[in-house]
Amino acid sequence: MGMTITEKILADHAGRERVAPGELVNCRLDLVLANDITAPLAIQEFRKLGLSKVFDPGRVVLVMDHFTPNKDIKSAEQCLVVREFAREYGISNYFDVGAMGIEHCLLPEQGLVLPGDCMIGADSHTCTYGALGAFATGVGSTDLAAGMALGECWFKVPDSMKFVFHGQLRPWVGGKDLILFCLGRIGVEGARYRAMEFAGEAIDALSVEGRLTMCNMAVEAGAKNGIVAPDDKTAAFVSNRARRPFQAYASDADAFYLEVHEYEAGQIEPQVAFPHLPENSRPVSEAAGIAVDQVVIGSCTNGRLEDLRTAAGILKGRRASSKLRLIVIPGTQEIYLQAMREGLLEVFVEAGAAVSTPTCGPCLGGHMGILAHGERALATTNRNFVGRMGHPESEIYLAGPAVAAASAVTGYITHPEEVVSK
Amino acid sequence: MIIKGRTWKFGNDVDTDLIIPARYLNTTDPQELASHCMEDADKSFAGRVQPGDIIVAGRNFGCGSSREHAPVAIKNAGVSCVIAASFARIFYRNAVNIGLPILEAGEPVEDVAPGDVLEIDLAAGEIRNLTHPGVYKAAAFPLFMQQIINAGGLINYVTERMANGK
Repeated sequence: MGMTITEKILADHAGRERVAPGELVNCRLDLVLANDITAPLAIQEFRKLGLSKVFDPGRVVLVMDHFTPNKDIKSAEQCLVVREFAREYGISNYFDVGAMGIEHCLLPEQGLVLPGDCMIGADSHTCTYGALGAFATGVGSTDLAAGMALGECWFKVPDSMKFVFHGQLRPWVGGKDLILFCLGRIGVEGARYRAMEFAGEAIDALSVEGRLTMCNMAVEAGAKNGIVAPDDKTAAFVSNRARRPFQAYASDADAFYLEVHEYEAGQIEPQVAFPHLPENSRPVSEAAGIAVDQVVIGSCTNGRLEDLRTAAGILKGRRASSKLRLIVIPGTQEIYLQAMREGLLEVFVEAGAAVSTPTCGPCLGGHMGILAHGERALATTNRNFVGRMGHPESEIYLAGPAVAAASAVTGYITHPEEVVSK
Repeated sequence: MIIKGRTWKFGNDVDTDLIIPARYLNTTDPQELASHCMEDADKSFAGRVQPGDIIVAGRNFGCGSSREHAPVAIKNAGVSCVIAASFARIFYRNAVNIGLPILEAGEPVEDVAPGDVLEIDLAAGEIRNLTHPGVYKAAAFPLFMQQIINAGGLINYVTERMANGK
């Protein structure tokens, strides 16, 4: 019996020839990550250990992205705790306002996470990096504190589930639509404790950015990690960014999968997830006409350059409906700068959008676009839980950047074709 | 460890935004987090929960964010144990790491009524309903996890072991 890519990465990092699902293994970590919400708690726990250093100051990454630029005194105090810790422990990969981006947009861009890595992050969307062929999973602050101390973490080897997308994508369908479709089929605990491996022609055809979007939302099915085997696109993406050696792994042909799900990509319409769970996804045609008060384009799910290009392609020469607020949040400084150079930011501002500096902001109801009671948002973010973007009586619909941009123009949930064909 | 308390019931997919909304994550103060515990699921919870009370919920409890603030809020609200048909994996690990007892058991989720008094033997994985008599089995915590819970969490456990030279 062969091994899956997830099993191979875990085996190598545990110093083992092979591992099997269900085994407990202690793995060496290539990287540990925390943000301005989870790092303060991790630092508090880390300090109780009384250690004078972290396992490797070059392999700890701290990104101040959630409530930054700081929205209030308390969040400023939280960042202060992390800033002082980074200075005291010589952590060079500390990203503050002006350098920071949304962590899961930032790390791949900076070449900090690479194919074959085994890493943990105190943020549930750490599973994003599986798109590069890494094993990456979210943990809490205490596990992160132990990870910073030891450079190790124990894992239960997850069973793998394979999701094969055959055929070609329809126009306006991207990674977000595929993962929302998938969530609609298996549900929010459909991959609980498991690895979700994405494959097939349609995945091969996706950009690295589209794959990052897909793996990002693996956690919304309860998965431990999402993963895509590295290919030429992955190699091209990391080649100019990597500053250390890395290894690409692939699943064996006879690897064991607990479940295999096969879909015809050509039958998948752009998707919209209805409140209040990401599993409530339906074709956009079934959501058509639902009026929205706010559209948010950004987040660790869809705040990358390709997402902004898609949105700008629809918004160019058009204006957002006066009935809603349109907020666009580039994921990182580099994305922001490139979007400016390409004229995308100009398109957004001319369309009547508020363009923000990178931040997680509204995605988790932090700041930069909080909803009032009874309000409805359409967002390219990852969660539509009750109260996620503000008032507990507000609603969030999730979609990709094309549907979000088209809906911003009309004021209600709209298929992109309807806008561009006019 | 024997736990005894009155139950609060919640449904499936109780996410971490319901347990502790992100608008309160600008602090790590356990008591402040506790004062907003379960706020978006039941506004009255934090004000009425009594020390020792037990949460009984459906499937996928704690799904969503990795915020350890969620089990911290529950523990510091005075909740002695969470029983659920299943837990999201990051929440499960976080709960153990901070010393909040949790048990996976489907049956009591069906049978137990809000307000019922339960007695739980963590070592045996036994749940006894004292109000509407019934006994349920959950998977018992292995010894090392009981020790982590008894120490009050992973860091205390590690610190104690290091102090004892183990």
